[in-house]
Amino acid sequence: MSDTLINPEKRQLAGTAEHSTRIETPKPAASGESRGTNVGNMERLLSVASGSTLALYGLSRRSVGGIALAAIGGALLHRGATGHCSVYSSLKVNTADHANSAETSGIHVEKAITIGKSPGEVYKFWHNLTNLPRFMDHLIAVTATGPKTSHWVAKGPTGKEVSWDAEIIVDEPNSRIAWRSMEGSDIENAGSVRFVQAPGGRGCEVHVTLQYYPPGGVIGATIAKLFGEEPSQQITDDLRRLKRLLETGEIPTIDGQSHG
Amino acid sequence: MKALCWHGRNDVRIDNVPDPKILNPRDAIIKVTATAICGSDLHLYNAFIPTLMEGDILGHEFMGEVVELGSAVKNLQKGDRVVVPFTIACGNCFFCQKTMWSLCDNSNPNAGMAEKMYGFTPSGLFGFSHLLGGYAGGQAEYVRVPFADVGPYKVPEGLRDDQVLFLTDIFPTGYQAAENCNIQPGDTVAVWGCGPVGQFAIRSAYMLGAERVIAVDRYPERLQMAQQFGGAEIINYEQVDVGDTLKEMTGGRGPDSCIDAVGMEAHGFSLDNIYDKGMQMARIGTDRPHVLRQAIMSCRKGGTVSIPGVYGGLLNMLPIGAAHAKSLTFKMGQTHVHRYLPRLMDSIEMGQIDPSMIITHRVPLADAPAAYAMFKSKTDDCVKVVMTP
Repeated sequence: MSDTLINPEKRQLAGTAEHSTRIETPKPAASGESRGTNVGNMERLLSVASGSTLALYGLSRRSVGGIALAAIGGALLHRGATGHCSVYSSLKVNTADHANSAETSGIHVEKAITIGKSPGEVYKFWHNLTNLPRFMDHLIAVTATGPKTSHWVAKGPTGKEVSWDAEIIVDEPNSRIAWRSMEGSDIENAGSVRFVQAPGGRGCEVHVTLQYYPPGGVIGATIAKLFGEEPSQQITDDLRRLKRLLETGEIPTIDGQSHG
Repeated sequence: MKALCWHGRNDVRIDNVPDPKILNPRDAIIKVTATAICGSDLHLYNAFIPTLMEGDILGHEFMGEVVELGSAVKNLQKGDRVVVPFTIACGNCFFCQKTMWSLCDNSNPNAGMAEKMYGFTPSGLFGFSHLLGGYAGGQAEYVRVPFADVGPYKVPEGLRDDQVLFLTDIFPTGYQAAENCNIQPGDTVAVWGCGPVGQFAIRSAYMLGAERVIAVDRYPERLQMAQQFGGAEIINYEQVDVGDTLKEMTGGRGPDSCIDAVGMEAHGFSLDNIYDKGMQMARIGTDRPHVLRQAIMSCRKGGTVSIPGVYGGLLNMLPIGAAHAKSLTFKMGQTHVHRYLPRLMDSIEMGQIDPSMIITHRVPLADAPAAYAMFKSKTDDCVKVVMTP
């Protein structure tokens, strides 16, 4: 969680620094971590293979150039074996996550929340897509462009707006809505939300699945940042806002309150 | 307006800050007529609760007059005199519907932060760190009250501020601690800590049918209050071994339930206490559970350990083996204040209890910084400070 959430004016967070730091950055950013894995699996295999070849070739040359090659080969071997690349680290690049996800299906998030309303009520609210920006933080506006099509505008990473068109591909009243971006969108994405009666009359379980298909590599990472540093946390926060809006009629806030 | 703001460890000041505004339809603004310093405010003063920010307004025990209402608050009117529960609750969620108000799903704006630390978020609290909402507190001239259609409780005519102010926290907190003991006829309840919550826990234990209450502390004035206000028998832990004495006083059985009204900053001179202090200073452990250990060891088999004292983080060397071997029941948590307000207001109105009897100091809000220092060091026999803006 960024401290802007709790602290729009960036007041000094005083007190027990180690606690606050731990809370506010629960996961050290994978890309900046000096010791962690930041090299994808396929790259690691290639590193090991090319590293050992280079090292053997370099050593067989018995020259200054050969030693240099052997050293590079050794570094590649180390990179392959540990999954950590200091060059990537210093550039704050991480191909491990994206390599893994690109091999499967892009960025995939599944989240659920229980809301004290009937599935029908929550479905109705969600089905009116213009409601989505009321609880999805990165969305600026969603407008209907046809019975099944809509235009989405979101906040970009540098404050620039990005937009795309989407269509509803599944619409089962009171039970499920699924949508995907139209062909040719900058940000290829798809989503599905299921509304399930919670046991014991405890409201509606909302199960959301979202998928983004970034182009891959470093550019893909930049696209991913459109949806926050941690898409998973962002969807959690979005769903919580939805719950609060529907259960209490408002979203609790301290923005704008008094302080010294 | 003037408000008491936190500036760091042992550093609170009266600052001039902007008046609060209505931010949501269910908000109200209260003009504070009385506010108190709570023992748990000392955890903030001592900077043992993380995520405080410089400039935060403290205070979660306050009452006053409604001066402004959000568009959705229909049950209050300007001029109403109300006490305000320190736990903020929406009234709509699963937990509020089950009267577990302090576990409200919806009142903590920083729920994500609390989820990382605790798995799930409890309710937001006034003036009690950003982990628990970051809401501005009521040690101020005015305060914004969210979900004002649910929390504030009207004060019947004829009752003074100082008689009802403690309904905001410490009286219900002591009462819930006693209720959590599931007291049966003939039971003996031991209460560690004779601060305000301990005093109300003692009284509440008797209200709920305890035959004997034994109070543990080291400050003579607090032990005396436990005798006179509470009607308890007393143990001064500096003079005797608490475990042995409790065993002897209960004919070798141990108290049926034990209430830890001390929490994370227990004092004492035993080996484990020194260990805790070291762990806390080294930031390896966060809480000092000396009292909790003693309560677990002293409690009779099959008894209940009730914990109204606040814990914030991690414990070291908790005798879980003893707790398991003796089949103890543990009950704890922040107070579901809303649940107890009607019945406790009635008990005051009917003259069964006068909570104002524990007040030792009355000062203007302007003197709050000195009052904090006095309350922390327990000088001048300070037990409870009430302030008027």
